[in-house]
Amino acid sequence: MKNKYDKDFLIYLLEKMMVVRKFEEKIQALFSDGVLHGTTHLGIGEEGTAVGATMALENQDYIFATHRGHGQVIGKGADVNAVMAEMFGKKTGVSLGLGGSMHLADIEKGIFGTNGIVGANLAIACGTAFSIKTKKEKDKIAVAFFGDGATNEGVVHESMNIASVWNLPILFVLVNNGYSVSKKLFEMTKNTNLLERAKIYDMKAYEVDGNNALEVFETVKKAREEILKENAPILIVANTYRLSGHSKSDNNLYRNQEEIEKWQNKDPIKALIGVIGCSKDEIVALENNVDNIIKEAVDFAKNSPEPTIEDILDRVYAK
Amino acid sequence: MRKITYANAIKEGISEEMRKDNSVFIMGEDIGVYGGAFGVTKGMIEELSKERVIDTPVSETAFMGLAIGSAMTGLKPIVELMFSDFMAVCYDQIINQAAKMHFAFNKKVPMVIRTASGAGTGASFQHSQSLEQMYANVPGLKVVMPATPYDAKGLIKSAIKDDNPVVFLESKEFYNDEGEVPLEEYYIPLGKADLKREGKDISIITYGRMVKTVLETANQLEKEGISVEVLDLRSLVPLDTDAIIETAKKTGRVLIVHEAVKFAGFGGEILSTIVESDAFNYLKTNIKRLGLGYHPIPFNKSLEKEVFPTIEKITKQVKEMM
Repeated sequence: MKNKYDKDFLIYLLEKMMVVRKFEEKIQALFSDGVLHGTTHLGIGEEGTAVGATMALENQDYIFATHRGHGQVIGKGADVNAVMAEMFGKKTGVSLGLGGSMHLADIEKGIFGTNGIVGANLAIACGTAFSIKTKKEKDKIAVAFFGDGATNEGVVHESMNIASVWNLPILFVLVNNGYSVSKKLFEMTKNTNLLERAKIYDMKAYEVDGNNALEVFETVKKAREEILKENAPILIVANTYRLSGHSKSDNNLYRNQEEIEKWQNKDPIKALIGVIGCSKDEIVALENNVDNIIKEAVDFAKNSPEPTIEDILDRVYAK
Repeated sequence: MRKITYANAIKEGISEEMRKDNSVFIMGEDIGVYGGAFGVTKGMIEELSKERVIDTPVSETAFMGLAIGSAMTGLKPIVELMFSDFMAVCYDQIINQAAKMHFAFNKKVPMVIRTASGAGTGASFQHSQSLEQMYANVPGLKVVMPATPYDAKGLIKSAIKDDNPVVFLESKEFYNDEGEVPLEEYYIPLGKADLKREGKDISIITYGRMVKTVLETANQLEKEGISVEVLDLRSLVPLDTDAIIETAKKTGRVLIVHEAVKFAGFGGEILSTIVESDAFNYLKTNIKRLGLGYHPIPFNKSLEKEVFPTIEKITKQVKEMM
C-alpha cells in the first residue's frame, strides 16, 4: 500500500497524527496539573481514523466533528495554536474562548465544529450537504463523524434516512471505538454489525481498520469520489479503540489492562511508522518538531488575552 | 382595503420573499401538494417548485438540523412545524444548536421556524400548547407572535430577512380570520409592539391569540365607560420594553393577558419590566395577570374555552382594578 505514496506524504500523515497525539497528551497533562478547567474528551488511539479520514478530504469539504474531535479538527487543518488557545478559553481561540473543547470550529476551513450533543451534528451536516446540492457546487461533500454510542440516538436514524432519500452528498464516518462511555457495544446495541445500519437506508457502506491510517485515507478518498459520482451518501465504519479514558473523570473501571495493552500494540502511530519504515533518527527528528509545535501552541495560548463580557454579548445575535 | 386571511397573509409574505431571493426555501411535513396541515402553503409548490417547497419525512429533528446546516452555508430556510408542541420533539436542534451557532462560531443562522401555536381547535394537550416563554428564555432565538393578518405578513417578511433563528408562532385559531392587508409591499420590524387600541383608564398588555379576545373586551368595556388601552407586543424577543413602560405610565393600571400557563409565563417578564422601571411609581393599583391555570389543556369543548382568559374573566378583572 505504501508504494503508492511518496515518502513525503507518508511522513506528513504521520506527523499530523503525532501532532494530534501530542496535543491530546499535553492537554491531559495540563488538566492533571490543574492548568486547564472544564472537561475534555480525548481520542488517544483514534488518530488513524481522525487524521486518515480528514486528510482524504478537500479544503472545500465540510466536516462535523464529534465531542471527541480534536483529531478530526486538527486533521482538517485547524490552526493548532488557535485550537490550544480555545482549550485555555482565550480570545485567540477558534471560538473566542467561549466554547472550549466541545466547540472547536474553523468555518473558513470547512470545520463546522466539534459538538457537545452526541449525534446532533449529523442532522446539521445534512443541511450543509443540502446546500451543496441546491447550489450545485461541484467537487464538494459534507462529512459527519459519530461514534458507536451515537448510533442509538434517534437523530442518527433520521439523518441517515433523509440523506439517503434526498440523495445528499454526505459521508457518515462511524468511529467505532467499542464503547459508549463505559459500556461495550454489545451491551447497548443488539446488532453489533454496524455496517447493517446503512443497509436499512439503502446506503453503500465500507468497513475499515480504523487504526490503519492509510486504509482509512484510501477508503474515504474512494467514498468521496463515489458520493460525487453517484449522488448518494455513504457510511464508513472505522473500527478503532480509545486508549484514553472517556473524559478526564474516567477511572477505567469498566475495562482491564490486558485489553488496553492489546490495543496499545495496534497503536495507529506505531503501525504507520512500521509501514513507512522510519529510521530512529527520523522519528526523533519528527518528535522534536512536533514537540516544538505543541510547545509553541501552549505558549501562544498562555500569552493570549481573555475574552470579555462585551465579547459574549456581541456574539448572541447576528447583527 | 382588501381583506385576506391570516393564513394567506403569511403565504403572501413567504412567497414574496421567495420570488425575490432564490436562497429562501420552505420545508415541512405535507406542505407541498397537501398544502400544509392548516393550508398556509397551499398552491406554493405549483408556483415555486418542489425544489423550494419541500415535503420532509416525519423527522422533525433531522429537518430542523438540516435547516441549521443549510442556513450556515448560504441558504435561508423556513421550517414549518405542523404544531408548536412538536418543537419539543426537536428541542435539541432549536435550543442547543440553532440558538448557539452564532455564539460559538460567529456564523449567521438565518432561519425561520414557523409553527401553529395555541388552543381553540379541540386538538387537546399535545397539539394546543403555548410554549413561547420557553423559547424567549433561550438567548440566540427571536420569538414572534402575530395576531392579525396585517402583522403576520409584515412580520414573516422581516423574520425571513433576519440573520438569526426566529421562532414564528402563529395562532392556529386565526388562520381563517380575515383582515386588511394592503397590496403594496411592507415590512414590520421585529421588536416593535403595536398599540392596537388607545385608552386612558387601564392598559391591557397581550400578544398572540388573546389580542382578539382582549380587543372585544375593550370594546364592550367602552360602552360601560371604561377606556381600555391595548398593547400587542407582537415580538417577545426582542421585547419592546419602551412601549410597555410607556403604556403603564400613561394609564397607571396594567393587566397582562396571555394564553400560556400563567405560572412562570411570559407575563412575569412583562410585569417585571414595569416594576423595575420608573413606571412603578405611576401605578394606581397592583398589576394583575391572566393566563392558563397550572394544568394541561383539556379536550372537552366547553372546558377548552373556559380555562383560558375569556371576555367575562377579563371584564371582571378590569372592573376589580378600577
